[in-house]
Amino acid sequence: MMSKISSLARAVLASAFALAGAAAVAAEYNMPVGVTDVSREIQELHMTIFWICVAIGVLVFGAMLVSMILHRKAAGAEPATFHESTKLELLWTIIPIVILVVMAYPATDVLVKIYDTGGEDMVVEVRGYQWKWQYKYLDEELNEQVSFFSNLSTPRQQILGESQKGENYLLEVDNELVIPTDTKVRFLLTSNDVIHSWWVPDFGLKRDAIPGFINEAWVNVKEPGVYRGQCTELCGKDHGFMPVVVRAVPKAEFEQWYAAQLDPSAAAALAMAN
Amino acid sequence: MSAVIEAHHDDHDHGPAKGITRWLYTTNHKDIGSMYLWFSFIMFLVGGLMALVIRAELFQPGLQFVEPAFFNQMTTNHGLIMVFGAIMPAFVGLANWMVPLMIGAPDMALPRMNNLSFWILPFAFTMLISTLFMESGGPNFGWTFYAPLSTTYAPDSVTYFIFAVHLAGASSIMGAINIIATILNMRAPGMTLMKMPMFVWTWLITAYLLIAVMPVLAGAVTMMLFDIHFGTSFFDASGGGDPVLFQHVFWFFGHPEVYIMILPAFGIVSHIISTFARKPLFGYDSMVYATASIAFLSFIVWAHHMFTVGMPLAGELFFMYATMLIAVPTGVKVFNWVSTMWRGSMTFETPMLFALAFIFLFTIGGFSGLMLAIAPADFQYHDTYFVVAHFHYVLVSGALFSIFGAVYFWLPKWTGYMYDEGLGKLHFWLSFIGVNVAFFPMHFSGLAGMPRRIPDYALQFADFNAWSTVGAFVFGLSQLLFLWILVQATRAGKKATTEVWEGSEGLEWTVPSPAPYHTFAEPPKVS
Repeated sequence: MMSKISSLARAVLASAFALAGAAAVAAEYNMPVGVTDVSREIQELHMTIFWICVAIGVLVFGAMLVSMILHRKAAGAEPATFHESTKLELLWTIIPIVILVVMAYPATDVLVKIYDTGGEDMVVEVRGYQWKWQYKYLDEELNEQVSFFSNLSTPRQQILGESQKGENYLLEVDNELVIPTDTKVRFLLTSNDVIHSWWVPDFGLKRDAIPGFINEAWVNVKEPGVYRGQCTELCGKDHGFMPVVVRAVPKAEFEQWYAAQLDPSAAAALAMAN
Repeated sequence: MSAVIEAHHDDHDHGPAKGITRWLYTTNHKDIGSMYLWFSFIMFLVGGLMALVIRAELFQPGLQFVEPAFFNQMTTNHGLIMVFGAIMPAFVGLANWMVPLMIGAPDMALPRMNNLSFWILPFAFTMLISTLFMESGGPNFGWTFYAPLSTTYAPDSVTYFIFAVHLAGASSIMGAINIIATILNMRAPGMTLMKMPMFVWTWLITAYLLIAVMPVLAGAVTMMLFDIHFGTSFFDASGGGDPVLFQHVFWFFGHPEVYIMILPAFGIVSHIISTFARKPLFGYDSMVYATASIAFLSFIVWAHHMFTVGMPLAGELFFMYATMLIAVPTGVKVFNWVSTMWRGSMTFETPMLFALAFIFLFTIGGFSGLMLAIAPADFQYHDTYFVVAHFHYVLVSGALFSIFGAVYFWLPKWTGYMYDEGLGKLHFWLSFIGVNVAFFPMHFSGLAGMPRRIPDYALQFADFNAWSTVGAFVFGLSQLLFLWILVQATRAGKKATTEVWEGSEGLEWTVPSPAPYHTFAEPPKVS
């Protein structure tokens, strides 16, 4: 009997760990670590709470499984009559509270960091429309310098199945938002009509864009690349068709690009001269 | 002491009236309970059909079957019908049938209002569903109907949506008043509050939640009505209002609402586990206090649905901590159920299978809920399929499974016939497999970055969606098996005994099967 329990328990634990381990290893099943300190810390919080849940699950489901096997009428089990224990109730109230308090510390730290929008190096306004985004680069006085719309560029034929879907199906736009890496970029988010929400998973950044109000967020991207996200607040019929695409480039490249936006002809002349 | 009224004292009485008027005018809690249950089952199938339209469209990337605008109507009405038309009325139907029997009362405290509470619902939902056939189309702004999408940008049918919500809300409020009046005033002598069965306790607490928050929902939709028709600006910044106000008011209703949809389930599971383990519920007092704690906490966590809205840091932190805290009493309940099982003598008839699956799968839903409570992590989960996975685990393999379990558990008492156990088990396994294949992959589509409420998606989400669709169809089609089982069991089958189940305890198991039309005309004595 005893060896049956322990080998059963071992089997349960082993399979639980195998499953969970597989999930952790298989990155395509998991939240991205991303390319900012915030995104990485969020992913670590996610994994921590995940493992805590796995541990509790193994205990609870393991107990259920053992009970369902051993404490069956068909196996000849006689029902016990115990039905209360103040000690147990206290134990399984206090221990979870302790676990939660321990979890709350790192969660608070990351949240405080996310809310610290000051000390920015540049400001970009993100304005949601039905059904596209508008990006405006603002100077220190928050005056608009460069402004453009960013529309889904996936051809309709792909959506209707008339042609082969491209690699970035539904996650590509005509004009990407370009920002420099290693720079604290502060976003001011609002909307022209209904509530939208701007999300880039690799940044760990999601903020609602609310008409008549301005929300703040910030990002500091560590690695150059193209990062894709979507609108994440139901905003009407084409809610699924207004992606977010951000190209993060080294500072020098950004300066060049920005200059070209400010004055296309001068930038072209400079490029020709070089 | 008579549990059954003697059939022959006087001439007028006792059997129910004949024909359609029986159902239109009945004040009998058993009849009304049956009507609520059949209504909720019909709504479940209608809402389920909408889910299958959604899943068919999402089977593959691309738009194959429906336009995005119609897809939004499907997601919206699927949610509204399941929440307000299927789950809530099913629990009210179970309360109507079982609460008077469990406390030894002859009927509900207010039988005529009981009739009205039911009959409002077919009208409300006819109105709601008819909007799908209107020129402007039906509601398309999500079951959470945020402003200004649901005000300034809403289709013309929104006004009918608002009226339907008002009607359903009135039904719930009256039903809740009835439940409280019945439980507080009509318990058999000797049944103190701390001797009441758990289903009665959980419904008592649920009824208080309903009375507290349904008026808040009514307030939200009335403010919408005024913004749309009477030039007010509750939710319009250009008039000095605030769209986020809508979210605060809605979720102040919305969060207790989800506990309204789960507390009766907790009661049902407590009954089923102790019956089939042949062992008293472990920790009865704790279970009562835990339920009350959950209900209290449910009022102070609403903004965890709004973590990305731009709340001040102090608010965000408060709601994160309070939300994490709700895990504690919920965990206490799970531990107590497992302790009830422990060293019992279990058999695994269909009700027990559903109750055990509830504990397993609801706990998984609770885990994803705990993950969602971590506000910074929620920035990655919010409005993605991770949330969809969470709430379908707690609502489908949680609340709905408890309703299935309850129906199998109490059906022999209602009809006098045992349902077909083999078919019941088949329904269970098909549902269990279907639900997990449908909703487990959604955790991954969410983590991979798939937003909610989109009719088409990027290629990396394709495999997860294909699995979800297969699971949804397996689950959906197996509910037709359930319909068959129910129809059979109402007409014929092995005769049920009074006790029905070997481990059954409680006044409801002392009346004959089927329960006579009138029971407990004289209150029983409870020791």
